[in-house]
Parts: sequence; C-alpha cells; structure tokens
Amino acid sequence: MQNKLLDMGIKELRDEIAAGRVKSISAVEAVFESIENREALIGAYISTFKERAIAKARETDSKVAAGEKVGALAGVPIALKDNICSDFGATTCGSRILENFCSPYNATVVEKLSAADAVIIGKTNLDEFAMGSSTENSGLKQTFNPWDTSRVPGGSSGGSAAAVAADMCFGALGSDTGGSIRQPASFCGVVGLKPTYGRVSRYGLVAYGSSLDQIGPITKTVTDAALMLSVIAGHDERDSTSVDESQAAVDDYPGGIDEAVDGLKIGMVTKFNEGADQGVRSAIEAAIEVYRKMGAEIVEIEMPYFDYSIAAYYMIATAEASSNLARYDGVHYGHRTAKPKDYIEVYSKSRQEGFGKEVKRRIMLGTYALSSGYYDAYYLKALKVRNLIRGDFVKAFEKCDCIMMPVSPTTAFKVGEKTDDPLKMYLSDIYTIGVNLAGIPGVSVPCGFDEGGLPVGLQILGPAFGEAKLLRIARMYESQSQWGKKKATVI
Amino acid sequence: MADLEYKVIVGLEIHVHLRTATKMFCGCELAYGQQANSRVCPVCLGLPGSLPVMNKKAFEYSVLAGLALNCEIAKFTKWDRKGYYYPDLPKNYQISQYDLPFSEHGYIEIPVGGGQVKKIRITRAHLEEDAGKNTHTSGNYSQVDLNRAGTPLLEIVTEPDMNSGAEVRAMAVELQRIVRYLGISVGDMQKGHMRFEPNINLIITKDGKEYRTPIAEIKNLNSFRALEGSVNYEVVRQLDEFERTGKVMVEGNKTTRGWDDAGRQTVLQREKEEASDYRYFPDPDLLPVVMTDEWLLEITERLCELPLKKQMRYVADYNLSEYDASVLTGERANAEFFERVVKAGAEPKRVCNLLTQVGLKVANARGCGLVELGLKENDVAKLAKMIEGGDINASAGDRIMQEMMASEKGPGQIARELNLIQKSDAGELEVFVEAVLAENEKAVEDVRSGGKKSKAARGFLLGQVMQKTKGRANPKVVSEILNKKLN
Repeated sequence: MQNKLLDMGIKELRDEIAAGRVKSISAVEAVFESIENREALIGAYISTFKERAIAKARETDSKVAAGEKVGALAGVPIALKDNICSDFGATTCGSRILENFCSPYNATVVEKLSAADAVIIGKTNLDEFAMGSSTENSGLKQTFNPWDTSRVPGGSSGGSAAAVAADMCFGALGSDTGGSIRQPASFCGVVGLKPTYGRVSRYGLVAYGSSLDQIGPITKTVTDAALMLSVIAGHDERDSTSVDESQAAVDDYPGGIDEAVDGLKIGMVTKFNEGADQGVRSAIEAAIEVYRKMGAEIVEIEMPYFDYSIAAYYMIATAEASSNLARYDGVHYGHRTAKPKDYIEVYSKSRQEGFGKEVKRRIMLGTYALSSGYYDAYYLKALKVRNLIRGDFVKAFEKCDCIMMPVSPTTAFKVGEKTDDPLKMYLSDIYTIGVNLAGIPGVSVPCGFDEGGLPVGLQILGPAFGEAKLLRIARMYESQSQWGKKKATVI
Repeated sequence: MADLEYKVIVGLEIHVHLRTATKMFCGCELAYGQQANSRVCPVCLGLPGSLPVMNKKAFEYSVLAGLALNCEIAKFTKWDRKGYYYPDLPKNYQISQYDLPFSEHGYIEIPVGGGQVKKIRITRAHLEEDAGKNTHTSGNYSQVDLNRAGTPLLEIVTEPDMNSGAEVRAMAVELQRIVRYLGISVGDMQKGHMRFEPNINLIITKDGKEYRTPIAEIKNLNSFRALEGSVNYEVVRQLDEFERTGKVMVEGNKTTRGWDDAGRQTVLQREKEEASDYRYFPDPDLLPVVMTDEWLLEITERLCELPLKKQMRYVADYNLSEYDASVLTGERANAEFFERVVKAGAEPKRVCNLLTQVGLKVANARGCGLVELGLKENDVAKLAKMIEGGDINASAGDRIMQEMMASEKGPGQIARELNLIQKSDAGELEVFVEAVLAENEKAVEDVRSGGKKSKAARGFLLGQVMQKTKGRANPKVVSEILNKKLN
C-alpha cells in the first residue's frame, strides 16, 4: 500500500496544506518514497531535486504555520519536462548535446509555479528535443509505461505522463508540438491539456517547432489541469507570441469547472473513429454515449483537409527545428567534440556526436524544406495547407461546442515496436497534429481500457482560448466515469 | 588608349548602428569598448529557450531613416531568419528582413558642387541584428565577444547610381549627416557605427563596343578615406585588368576584396561569389509589424529639415557661401543655434562670421558643440547688431564673443567695460583727424598729388587716426572726414 497522500489530487492536497492539516514536507517525502520504489522500473526522471524540494516544502509549511497567505499550488510536488529551463539542475532536453547544460535562467512557467508555491521535485525524460511519440528517442534514458513496463509511455512528454500515472508527482508540465502532451497522457491513463497557442508563455521552453510548441499540464484530474493552467497562463512580455490578455482574457479555469455545459453539441467525424484500433473505438464510442445520456447532441462535421496535417506538420515543424537547433554547435555551450581539426569540425563533429538519429533526420528534412528552390514547393505549401486546416476547425466550431476523437489510433505500443519505421511512428500522430497546426486547445481524458488493459484517451478539442468551456466539457465526462481513479499496475 | 572611354558604376551597401539604449531583441545595454561578454543575456547569447522581443524604438528609428531617404514605408513587414554558421552568431541564424523590408524605393540627394545635387536611388532599407566579434589571436584558438551581438543594424542598399569615388564619398558624408540629424545613430565611423561596402565596376567603350568589367565588392570600409580610396583604386585596377585580360562581367565572377589601408590598395579575398543558401524563413518567434497610419504620422512628426536642404536654404536665403553653409549645417544643434540667433533679428552673414570664426573654433578645440559654449542666442544676436550698427568694429566683436563665453555679462556691458565702443561722433573724430593731418604733411601731400602713392598714403592716415583713438574710431566715419578734408 502506498502512502494515502498520493491518492489526493492537486487541489485537495493544496487545500489541506494551506489549511495546515497536511504538511507539504509529508507530500514531498511520499513522492520521493514513490520515486525511490518505482524509478528503476519506470525511468521517468532525468534529474530530481530532493534537498531543494524539502527546503521549499519546509518554507511553505512555515508560511502556513505563520498564517501567511500561500499560493494556488502551495506545497504541491510538481515535475517539469526536461526541455523547460530551470536555473537549478540541468536542462538536458533528453539530448547528449545538452547533457551537462545548466540554464542560468528560469522559464516563465517555472517562475509562475514558484510564485504559486509549488515544489519542483525533478525534471522528466522526453524524446530528444521533444521529437518523438514514445520517449524512445531520449538520448539519456528509457522510460516505461506504468501500466505495462514492456510498453512505451508515449511521447514526447513520456516522463511527465509516466511520473503522474505512477504517483511519482502530483502533476507535471509537458510540452506539445504535435501531440506530445495528449498522446502520452492517453497512453498512461492521465489527463493532458495542450492550451491554445499563445495562452502560456514559451519563454524558457527549449524550442522545437516554435509556431506549434505549447506548454501544458499533465495531471490526474481535469480539475487539477484547470488549476495548473490558471497558474501558468497569461501574457508574458518576454514572449511576443503570448497573447495579450486584453484580446483573450485568462478565465478562472478551476472556478466553474463543475458546471455542466447546457445543450452541448459535440462535433464528430465518423471516419476518424473508424481508423482507430477496435479497443480504442469501443472506448471512444462508450464515452460519447455517456455524453449523449447527459443530453449532448452529436453533430457530424467535415474536416476535408485533416488528412494533410501530417504532411504539413512534418514540413513546418522540421523546418523550424532545423533553424532552432542550429545553435547547438559546440562553440558556445553544450557538447563539443574532443579534437577538432578546424572550426568546421567543431560544428560538424559536435553535432554528429551530440544529436540522436531522429533529431538528425528532422534537421535534414527541415533543412531540405527550406533550401532555395524547394522553399515554395514544401515550406510555403505546407503553410497554405496549415491555413486550410485552421479553416476546417473554424468552420466546424460554427456547428459545435467541441470536437471529439481518439488521441491515438492505438494504445501504448511495445518498446522497440516502431523504432525501425519512422513513418509508421509519424502516422500515429494523425489525431493530435491538426490541433497544433490550428493553434487550438485540446485535452486528453482517460476513457477506459482496451482488451489488454491499456488506457485509452478521449480527445476533446475546443476553439482558440476556449479552455474554460473545454475543461468543463471534459469534467462532465470525468464526473460520470471512474477510469481516472484506477491506479496503474505498477502501483 | 585613345579610343577607350569608361564610366564608373558604384552601388553601396551600408550598415548603420542605431543608437538605442538597448539591443534589438533584448534589454541589454548598447555599449562600446566594455569588457568582453559583459553586456549579454540569455537572448543575445542565443541560449536554449530564450525568445527575442522587438525593440520598438529601433524600429521607429529605422522608419525615420526610411522617411528621410524618401522611401515607401511598408504597412506590413516581418522578420526572417537568415541561416549561416559562424562563431560570432550565437543562434547560427541572424534575425533580419528578407522579402518584405520595412522600406523600399527611395533616394538620397547628395551635393555634387556648384550648388547642384544628384539623386542616388535607394533600393531598400531593412533592420536586422548585428553579430558579435571574433578575435583571432596567435594561439590555436579564437575568442568571441558577444557584446555587439544583437545591436540594431540598419542596412541600406543603393542602386548603382554613383559614378566616381568623390560621389561615393559625398553619399557617405551626406548619409552620416542625416543619421546624426535624426539622432538615430552616433555615426562614428571609427567605432564601426557605419560600415560601407561598395560594389564597383566599369562600363568601357572601346572601338564602338561596350564592355562591363567584373564587379568587385569591397568589404567593411569604415572611413570616408578608405571608401573613396578603394573606389579610385578599383577604377585603375579594373581598367588595367581589362586592358591586360579583356575579362568582362559574367554570372558568378564577382569578386570580394578587402582594403589595405597602409598600402592604399584593395586586396582579393574571394575569387568567386559563392551561391550561399541562407534558408530564409519567417521567424516564428516574432510577430509581423503592422504600420498604422497613426503610428506613421507620429514618426513623421519627428522628422526635421535635412542637412543638405538646410545648407542650400542658407545659401539661397542668407547669401552664405556654400562652404560656410556646409560648416554651419554640419551638426544639427549648431545649425539650430545659428537659426535661433538669426531669428532674434541678427543679420545672417554677421552671425555666420561670429559663429564660424570664433564660436566653432573654440568649440572644435574643446571638442564640444556651439550650444555648449555658454552663449545665449539673444546676446549673440545683440553682438551681431552692434557690429552691424557700427557701435563696434568686427575685431572688437570677436573679442567680445570670446568674453561672452566666460562671463554672464551681455555684449553691451563687455564692450563698455573693455572700452570697445566705436567713436562715431564726427565732431569728436575731426579733432583726431586734424591732429593726424598736421603731424603727417608728407602723407597729406601724397594724397593730394593724386599719384601712385595716393591710395597708400590715405590708408596710412586712416591707420594713424585709428591708432590715436586706440582702435575705437569708426573707420567709415573717419574715412568720410578724411575725404572732406583732403579733397
């Protein structure tokens, strides 16, 4: 039996700590006990900060004891995906090229978490530079699925999702460029939210595809995701692409979370479901049935350009990545080759030694797409497709409040199953990628298990900056189901 | 040689450092000559996760330059990444503007002597960030200083409209005056605030046929002397090369050359222009800039009369020489000081003499501007009027001007205290004239004889009167009395 504290959600734990009934230090100790027991099996963390976490927990506990006001995440142990910069520990991005890189500054989200009195306990594993769907592309370690340790946790935020699912933290931040929050959340049976592009500051998130990247929470419940979003959301003057709050206000996400949406209209594309495995389809259909019983209307919508999203995504994301990753050159920081014969070799060998296979593949794809003579045919065309996909969603939301579909066509696959076939791996992102191209928010909610006992995620999408309503819709289902309460087999 | 004619064709690419307080995309202080890597932050170091934020002031400065160069200002402009690997470029891409620069299609007027101007067309002007600086020491390593990385850099590209080294120089001088007038750049060439890269070739007509020599681009010139010298050197070199080899311009045979300042010659750097692929694409970290009518109007209101226009107005309206006008308009603050004095009612030519012959001399010696000499516009105007009205003579005026810089007293008081008020009273002066005539009979005779010596003798007598009055006699009045007495 594990420590009962670990069964709490973030909101509950925070309120108990703030009321002085539970000590933050107890929660931190419980989490580290869990990490000590399970990390060898799961491999969720690249680094942990036990001493620092204990100090921070004590600080919060004494604040509470002194009757001082504490933040929205007071004393709650939280993990960070290791592509989010922190001025403590390393920020590796799961890459050998940054294995020993220590950021001198904090990402805006880290500052916001700290200001809310959260306790950052460690940094989680990921596909190198967030490129991948299984966390197998990490250059530093392997992470396994807490429901079946022969399987992947999904990716790229696999470490964060696994840590939440295995009660090795209460909540975590991930980043989502093409599904990297939602898909691992789905594979690990937890909640994952990708906010609208521009809702959360990217300052300090190591860039992969700058026009697609967005930080978001991975939690055990929808309410917790709402709470974490309320802490990290908002304009940041250091990120020009974070949206001005006069144009899109930050709502009180946890505030109205339990209010059901009246006359809910759910948009669906029948053929999307048909493309998924039987286990996934059944779970999704059952979930839709739950909504129907709550009075929701199902509307068939059309997404004519959706099929092109993978092609467009792998042009845009890789093009941006090829430029974003140019800075890792062995000159200023990070891995530098041992004996370069000239400065060209500092570049070529440092990069050759530091980057993994998938990162190199995407850099080459992106470099090609941006090359003179190819730019119009690839990059520019992909941007046009992106606009069409965006248009698909805008039109769809005229007819419905949200769109539902699977997160992934399959449940968690076996470690090594798809590593030899990158294209197959890319295709598994079919349901998640369009959301990033359109910049809209999407959430993955646990909606049952397949015949093998592996979690299935229901994906719910909403219009831009509609997180408040989106989370309420997700919460409607969660309140009628018990899936999220089931513990991963590792526990 | 006799049947050979040629025309020099030069286009310029100019980089100007803007004088904002902070860098183009971060809050680091813009400073020169500081300890290496002391003015850096995660953004200009290109650290993982950092993001650029546009310096609005730098953009406005650039638009101001674009307006002064008569360019069309784009309603919509964006930022692009220009990718290339170099140790002084921390992100290995430079944030620049590619296909939608903020301004295009302008021109600059340059003086070409005799009050004439010539229009040099501006192809485009765009804004970008500067790179850092690599230092290659004798050891087996190089050092990188990133203090300069991220400095706002205005790039101006002209059409090949200049036809001599002198014109290229005039263009550079004029541009320097403009950016200084607008206050958008310190424009100090030695500090690298302005760097010039001329593209030079010749159109040679020989035996009725036209030939174009291969273009040479001279990199990174940072003095007017080097700029003009390099163009002049290239003309000779390219003529010589053409005569020896007959080589003409073809695709890809543009060369890159450097300037050897000591040897006063250009030196080959790269034989063939490499077709570099910078893989430009729009920077997803920055929002496009939309120029609204209101914003443009706000910037337009910050424009001022440009130096060349001012200079020509001084010649036309104030009857100043072109030289004096160019000296007065050299710096905006000086010109505006001059204009304030004139506005106070003084005669422009007199003011000009006082300012150029006394004021600017002192200012230059002190390394400061006219406005820093402690002169009040009204006092200078008064002084000019006193000279004009004959209360004092010109040399007394210079002396009073000197005194005014060191005291709070007005010119009238100084003149009285130093006893410099001219004697203009005819009755009083007649006594002095009579005395001088009595003492110098020989000279009086010479004048009256009307011979060769007459003019000199008259001057001598005038000088004697001035001496007797200790220089305070009004020479005009004395001269009139002399005329009356001697004729």
